[in-house]
Amino acid sequence: MASRFTSGTGLKKVRGLGSAKSGVHHWWLQRVTAVGNFVLALWFLVSLLLLPALDYATVISWIAQPLVAVPLALLVISVFWHFRLGVQVMIEDYVHDGGLRTLSLIALTFYTVLTAATALFAIVKIALGA
Amino acid sequence: MGQNRPLSPHLSIWKWRVNMAASIFHRVSGHALAFAGVLMLCWWLAAAATSPEAYETFLGFANSWLGLVMLIGLTWSLFQHLCSGIRHLVMDTGRGYSLSVLKMSATWVFAVAALLTILVWAYILLGRGA
Repeated sequence: MASRFTSGTGLKKVRGLGSAKSGVHHWWLQRVTAVGNFVLALWFLVSLLLLPALDYATVISWIAQPLVAVPLALLVISVFWHFRLGVQVMIEDYVHDGGLRTLSLIALTFYTVLTAATALFAIVKIALGA
Repeated sequence: MGQNRPLSPHLSIWKWRVNMAASIFHRVSGHALAFAGVLMLCWWLAAAATSPEAYETFLGFANSWLGLVMLIGLTWSLFQHLCSGIRHLVMDTGRGYSLSVLKMSATWVFAVAALLTILVWAYILLGRGA
């Protein structure tokens, strides 16, 4: 099916990059991770609600199962990738000073990597340790 | 040339509309999840991976008034962002751009997100006990 949107200029089509100089890559990954988040976040929420309790022993034995640890790690990857892209757009929209914008984007990357590493390490430790 | 000429002369004249509110709250809820939500998820996982005592500290916060307000706010943010995100994915296909449909779909987003938040917390607080 042809797109319902018409392209603005022929030049944009030829270069295929647009104003962000990276084409639709950012936009597309945001959509792909959105679909991943939809499935994984609903699974996570429903699973937590169905657990008999959220005490230490119950949660540890729940996360330690392979069919929980793997989707939980995938949730962290998909969700954290998605928020990295979304917060980047917010910074690009509202932080106009060039230097401050660059610093904000670096800080965002550090925040994403630090939180993702913490979450993934915790999941792996619980899954392999017990 | 007139350097002080306003480029967007009507930018400061606007009214709240349900469709623009949906757009703003998509961003607000996304950032609440990206910072408060991600930090709580990391704390929960890291505490579970550390020790029963660390996990008790997390549960103490989660069951405090501040913790409960945060968790209820994050539940609403999740549903608001999820419903609004589905609306955006449909709009990405070029559908639903007439003003009447935009207003109706935005109203549904707010209604469904609020309803799901109430249902989840009614289940947690009444059905299972905190």
